Amino acid sequence: MAKTKEKKKFKNRLNVGSIPKSKYYDYQDKFFNYFALCCTLLGVVVLALLLFNVLSSGLSRIDWDFITSGPSRRAAKAGIYTALVGTLWIMGLTALIAFPIGISAAIYLEEYAKKSRLANMLEINIANLAGVPSIIYGLLGLELFARALHLGGSLLTGSLTLALLILPIIIVSTRESLKTVPYSIREASYALGATKWQTIWNQVLPASISGIFTGVILALSRAVGETAPLIVIGALTFVPYVPESVMDSFTVLPIQIFNWVSRPQKAFSVNAAAAIIVLLSITFIMNGIAVYLRHRWQKKIKW
Amino acid sequence: MSNIKEKIIEKLLLASSLITILTTIGIISVLIFQTIGFFREVSIIDFFTDTEWTPLFDNKKFGIVALLSGTILTTLISMLVAVPLGLTISIYLSQYAPKQLREVVKPMLEILAAIPTVVYGYFALVYVTPILQQVFPAMSGFNALSPGIVMGIMILPLISSLSEDALYAVPKTLREGSYAMGATKFQTSFRVIMPAALSGIAVSIILAISRAVGETMIVAIAAGQQPRFTFNPFVPIETATTYIVQVSSGDVPQDSIEYKTIFAVGMTLFVVTLILNNISFWLKKRYQENYR
Repeated sequence: MAKTKEKKKFKNRLNVGSIPKSKYYDYQDKFFNYFALCCTLLGVVVLALLLFNVLSSGLSRIDWDFITSGPSRRAAKAGIYTALVGTLWIMGLTALIAFPIGISAAIYLEEYAKKSRLANMLEINIANLAGVPSIIYGLLGLELFARALHLGGSLLTGSLTLALLILPIIIVSTRESLKTVPYSIREASYALGATKWQTIWNQVLPASISGIFTGVILALSRAVGETAPLIVIGALTFVPYVPESVMDSFTVLPIQIFNWVSRPQKAFSVNAAAAIIVLLSITFIMNGIAVYLRHRWQKKIKW
Repeated sequence: MSNIKEKIIEKLLLASSLITILTTIGIISVLIFQTIGFFREVSIIDFFTDTEWTPLFDNKKFGIVALLSGTILTTLISMLVAVPLGLTISIYLSQYAPKQLREVVKPMLEILAAIPTVVYGYFALVYVTPILQQVFPAMSGFNALSPGIVMGIMILPLISSLSEDALYAVPKTLREGSYAMGATKFQTSFRVIMPAALSGIAVSIILAISRAVGETMIVAIAAGQQPRFTFNPFVPIETATTYIVQVSSGDVPQDSIEYKTIFAVGMTLFVVTLILNNISFWLKKRYQENYR
């Protein structure tokens, strides 16, 4: 009964029976076509404006000194060295923590726990975690890692926090890649007497590895651009020395940019634009690698 | 022997996936623990009814409404930009656009989503605000309008790509049926495909709202840090997320009431986004069942 009612509602909404033929509708169609084209191009235009604006105000500021100088209260002497090194540290550590855990969790969910109640719960939980604002992860890192585990505002606290933040993204994308390996491959491996893990390690993972890498690199590029959670855990804005161990305090490029943007002097805003060029280069290179891997992978494997 | 190895590996993999559960438990317990501490000192009624937020001043007032109005205002502005544009783009790309154009435009829109938010913040403050000030001379250097618009641009790819997926999920037969009746593309898109994909589109919009509510850096840079209960887009405001950043980057003694406020604000944010996300999951499940 409820079904037929719904169907009726649906039919009423369609309302295709009463379309009169008229030139008006052709014009309407054409007009919308151009209007929508403009809207679509607007997105591209804004992207171009943003890049042009950043490049035109920051590019001339980038030189070797800018890359190799530490922070300074004078805009002309300030550089991004400590922030850049901090970003590279954070990238490496976050990858080291998040990749093995994320990929393992995805393998468990996709290959072992299909359709159990636990798997269902994990899935809902991961979907929810993916929607939690990044700043909330910062609060978790502040209380759990920085305070309860006494790690302070260190590199380790920062990368643990970011690792938790990108874990859901890694798990979801890795599962998608594992899904693309056809079941017949697994069955063939079992038929040859391989155990479950041997099948995963020798057949499934090699077949899906570039897809997995695409996902994890995209997740890592997201971590590189994160600012808010790192500010919350207590990363500093002024770090005159380069971190040498995971327990050292640090700053990263996005925080340095935030710091410079927040100052009223024009010279610091130019510094910010220059640092943005460096940050965007890192982000775009990572995205480029990810797209390249995905492209190659789609080309190479045809089951 | 190999049996034991298999078992150990399975347990290790299970342990990795359980970390996600621990994360959720961690977030919830941290927020609840500090929020309880906060409400020991501040009345919950004042928290929701007071319209001033001044925990960092001598005369402390804790009216979350002043922060939430900032969040609602910027979110609203971003949605006014992102929803019409995003939906138009998704219809254009799925129904109208030639294939070559699609292949060029889609990756470009994806780039918009890959840009770090701090960059958008810079863009809003340094580029968009001065332009808007020429149109509205009364506008302050920090305001809700400019970061709202830029946030809309940031969220655009989310709405356009999710809505496009929803439009694609509509069975081809519906579209063909409509064309067979002599309908134009416009009529087919807006009277047949859009209504059929409505819940999928709603999912994309709700997820976008949730993103906007939790967005931090754009508003922290360009909206100012002055909590006030207003819906005037031209004056400086402060969002809930910005307040957390503001307190974190200053020197606030741990376990002071100022410190606890960021967790109470975080709790509010967490609950709002959790509700929004779960509405979208529920809707998504429903529309996926529709076409099975």
